Amino acid sequence: MDRAQVDSRIRSLIEPFNRKMLEIGDETTFAGDLEFDSLTVMDFVAAIEDEFDIIISMNQQAEIETFGQLVDAVCKLQAG
Amino acid sequence: MSEGISQPDAPLAADRTAPAGDLFSKFDPLIKQREELLANGVEDPFSLVMEKVLSPTRAICNGRDTILLGTYNYMGMTFDPDVIEAGKKALDEFGSGTTGSRVLNGTYQGHKACEDALREFYAMEHAMVFSTGYQANLGIISTIAGKGDYIVLDIDSHASIWDGCALGNAEVVPFRHNDIDAMDKRLGRIPEGAGKLVVLEGVYSMLGDIAPLKEMIAVAKKHGAMVLVDEAHSMGFIGPNGRGVAEDQGCLDEVDFVIGTFSKSVGTVGGFCVSNHPKFEIMRLVCRPYVFTASLPPSVVATAATSIRKLMHGSNKRAHLWENSKRLHGGLRELGFTLGTDSPQSAIVAVIMPDLQRGAAMWEALLHEGLYVNLARPPATPANMTLLRCSLCAEHSSEEVETILGMFTRAGKATGII
Repeated sequence: MDRAQVDSRIRSLIEPFNRKMLEIGDETTFAGDLEFDSLTVMDFVAAIEDEFDIIISMNQQAEIETFGQLVDAVCKLQAG
Repeated sequence: MSEGISQPDAPLAADRTAPAGDLFSKFDPLIKQREELLANGVEDPFSLVMEKVLSPTRAICNGRDTILLGTYNYMGMTFDPDVIEAGKKALDEFGSGTTGSRVLNGTYQGHKACEDALREFYAMEHAMVFSTGYQANLGIISTIAGKGDYIVLDIDSHASIWDGCALGNAEVVPFRHNDIDAMDKRLGRIPEGAGKLVVLEGVYSMLGDIAPLKEMIAVAKKHGAMVLVDEAHSMGFIGPNGRGVAEDQGCLDEVDFVIGTFSKSVGTVGGFCVSNHPKFEIMRLVCRPYVFTASLPPSVVATAATSIRKLMHGSNKRAHLWENSKRLHGGLRELGFTLGTDSPQSAIVAVIMPDLQRGAAMWEALLHEGLYVNLARPPATPANMTLLRCSLCAEHSSEEVETILGMFTRAGKATGII
């Protein structure tokens, strides 16, 4: 799956969590812009993990602040 | 979950501006929340002082004779005459403290006796006593799960479990509370060959609900994971011998490490890990929160050992505590309160409040009635709930439970919660 495909899948997964209906770009931050709390993060990460059959540990999550970084991380985890 | 019941911090003056670079600026939102709460005139829920403790269930709090329904003194051992006597004797014979680490000058005969009592209580090969329950989780989790290993844990885990994860170098993977399928999936995706530790609790202390340990441990074992279960809130009370939820569900043999505490049913302070792992004793040399701190005072281990041995024969007290838990849970439900669990599952009954403001008002109304419960608030609570957590004691009489229900009726009506 290429980056564009991963991007579009995550975009649809994020919809139910995007309560403020923000326009999402690569620079959109989860904590700041989307105001995700820890439970939302867990549910959102679980949705991504189930969709791509990967595991994103909290250690890895700590490095991911923006939507673009998440797409890159998922691409990398899929390749690995 | 972490316990949202500490922090006796004095409120700061609201109009004082912080100098640039003040490292305390990060606490401003919390300071503001506290000021707003106290501005409504409620007694500070986090600065209560017990001037006199009359028994395991009664104290003079802020000048009032108060029934205690917010302690972890489940089995009421704090004033047991044998326990007190053992503590006094140890103070006389061994002094007030050890002034040293367990691995240097801090292991007295009493520490060994306490570990013997634990081994017998759990019928396990090894027991290791820590200075607190917090340190037991911190030490065992951070030491056994190292770089490249995976810790899979319940999202509602206690702060000491999360801090144990943070202190170590393992990959940390949480799953939704008590969700067996979510745990199964995460374990299945861990790279082949990586070490796996599943961390669970018997009783989750915020809502007082228990874990389906039998099913969860079976899933963990299917994936080749080691299992650690924190039985802090079940020891002495749950299970035929008071060994906890795993014993009650018939799966204690499958648990690799049981973590527990002396600060609840045992009635003093300290923590422990019991295990049948053949190499367990090496922990005493490699576990930093065990090595780099002073050992428990002789009087504390003496009271703990005496209390643990008495808890082995506590079946009548256990039966009465269950009666209390069932009556309080049923009574509060009939009154129309919203509770954390549909059925009584432990000695904790959590009453869900509509918000922090009204929760604090209800807490204060109960205190004026002469009843102390724990006010637990976000972020310590699941789903940002405000809770009035009631924890019962085997020493509460049946009449006292009826008195407590009367207090809840009046306070609930006065604050408009029922």
